[in-house]
Amino acid sequence: MSSAWPWLAVAGLGAYHGMDPSMGWLFAVALGLQEKSRWRVLNALWPIGIGHLVAIAAVIAIIGGFRAFFTIEFIQPAGAVVLIAFGIFRFMWPRAHPRWVAMRVNAPELALWSLLMASAHGAGLMLFPIVLRIAPNVCLSPATMNLANHSLADAAAIVLLHTGAMLIVMGAVALIVYDYLGLAILRRAWINLDTIWAGALVAAGLLSLAI
Amino acid sequence: MALWKPDQTFYPSPRMAMQAPREKLGYVVTFNPTPQNGKHDALCVLDVDSESKTYGRVVGRAEVPGVGDELHHFGWNACSAALCPYAPHPHVERRYLLVPGLRSSRMYIFDTKPEPRNPKLIKVIEAEEIAARTGYSRPHTIHCGPDAIYVSALGNPAGDGPGGIFLVDHESFDVLGRWEVDRGPQQFAYDFWWHLGYDVAVTSEWGTPKMVENGVIPELLLGGKYGHALHIWDLRKRRHLKSLDLGAEQQMALELRPSHDPTKTYGFVGVVISTKDLSASIWHWYREGDDWQVRKAIEIPAEPADPNVLPPALKPFKAVPPLVTDINLSLDDKFLYVACFGTGDLKQYDVSDPFNAKLTGTLRLGGIVSKAAHPKSGPLNGGSQMIELSRDGRRLYMTNSLYGAWDAQFYPEGIRGWAAKIDCDPAGGIAPDPRFFATFDGERPHQIRLEGGDSSSDSFCYP
Repeated sequence: MSSAWPWLAVAGLGAYHGMDPSMGWLFAVALGLQEKSRWRVLNALWPIGIGHLVAIAAVIAIIGGFRAFFTIEFIQPAGAVVLIAFGIFRFMWPRAHPRWVAMRVNAPELALWSLLMASAHGAGLMLFPIVLRIAPNVCLSPATMNLANHSLADAAAIVLLHTGAMLIVMGAVALIVYDYLGLAILRRAWINLDTIWAGALVAAGLLSLAI
Repeated sequence: MALWKPDQTFYPSPRMAMQAPREKLGYVVTFNPTPQNGKHDALCVLDVDSESKTYGRVVGRAEVPGVGDELHHFGWNACSAALCPYAPHPHVERRYLLVPGLRSSRMYIFDTKPEPRNPKLIKVIEAEEIAARTGYSRPHTIHCGPDAIYVSALGNPAGDGPGGIFLVDHESFDVLGRWEVDRGPQQFAYDFWWHLGYDVAVTSEWGTPKMVENGVIPELLLGGKYGHALHIWDLRKRRHLKSLDLGAEQQMALELRPSHDPTKTYGFVGVVISTKDLSASIWHWYREGDDWQVRKAIEIPAEPADPNVLPPALKPFKAVPPLVTDINLSLDDKFLYVACFGTGDLKQYDVSDPFNAKLTGTLRLGGIVSKAAHPKSGPLNGGSQMIELSRDGRRLYMTNSLYGAWDAQFYPEGIRGWAAKIDCDPAGGIAPDPRFFATFDGERPHQIRLEGGDSSSDSFCYP
């Protein structure tokens, strides 16, 4: 384990993703309103969490896969370039996301939706510099595939902490909106997170060059 | 360009949209019924601000470059559906009007900003592009959906069926392609809308371009050959689920008004004419379990008339058919407004209980026989036709022309275009605003859209 701040960043980014309406709390509230059920709001959170978790884990697995073949000195700038390029893409085409048209979703569909939304927004990519910081040796090669490998354990901890923080914030926002605020808040408070998001991707890219 | 906060004309729910500020401008398209004279159709801007000196007058006008397009229906690039939770993009702007030419099949795109009174043509989608990418022609109804702009089209470039729906991108206005994956038995197209909370779309039927473009064909009408069914679709899989046949005598099922509340599963459709007795009717569709049903909710009888005052097409019948050609549902799903192009009636029904519609108001402007006057006019021709209701449900705007080739059959003397505003009492009751009456010289107005949205422009994902 390294110092605390990278872990705080993992949790902080989770909280940030949890607050973004397009990552899932809004869908959970909509399903609850549609079926007039608070339970439906809460019940929508776990598939959304699983989808998000898979999206994050997939990115870390890809980093680990590359680590089996390339040195950290190559992966670090390459990942930074991907992040910055993706950030610019998100800035230029903020609406480029899956064209999904469905309110009647079961749990697997909701998980798939969450996976697609998180991936399309680059939620996992945003964690790249932190993954490098915490688990620079994360590596998916047969030789390192054992539980004693600290990097794998760290990677799993990143995924769980990020998703856990996201779910706590997402659940809190969903319930506060459902129970108290109402959706009128959307008109006032839904700032253009797409732009911030694109900026965060670019910042993460620059940061991963610096560490 | 993306906004920092959501477009303030987007509302999560129809209930919230009813609290929207009052509109100050309206957009109305006009077409030139005699294109031989070379004059262009136009997108006009109506001043609907009762405090303004130019209240009730046309204060802006943008002509299209073509001639003979027959501008008809039109709609916004984006609306409250952009807030839908599964594909939110609330920072696009409600800014562009997509205006199809029903005859030319071109689509004109106007920018209403930065000068709302002076819309600028920014793009023309040619008929050939629509045909090449979708196979469709004669674009009609526009609805901004959660993922794209949906446009219905009456048929193919040759003028035959099937008609259907195609998609246009919200921002680039690229024609994305045909919507249907499996159309089942559906051939005729006209209007469409949806129940977003249930992933269900509904489409209605008029006829193919060949069946309508040279006027109503009496043999087809009397033979029950025009459209008389609704189609229920899986909006997500784009597959036909069920046809709801109203019966062959129910000719031309046109405007669809589903409940705005996305948790509800019913709506209304207007039928122009029954071949049995020339009556018009409103039908009510609803979900029962997992199945969809339809029933007649309202019947409006024909009115006996002296054949001498009737146009040739109607003389043998000795009656004026009401000809329901447009309907509109208030955002609280409470009042249904019904325009009767034949008699000139505008009717207001309380449909709070959709199984038990109650007539709460009637007025008459124009009409084949009655030619009823407005407080600011002499006798009028044309009749109550395209109607649009403000979001708060208190003001209804109306124009009097239907469709060039059909106008001539019912009003052979030639329709003189007008637009009127009707005040609607939230407790029931309607009356023309004596201060608001606009006339159009040598051209005919059709659909009206209100600044910021109206009661048929937006779809909502939250109750």
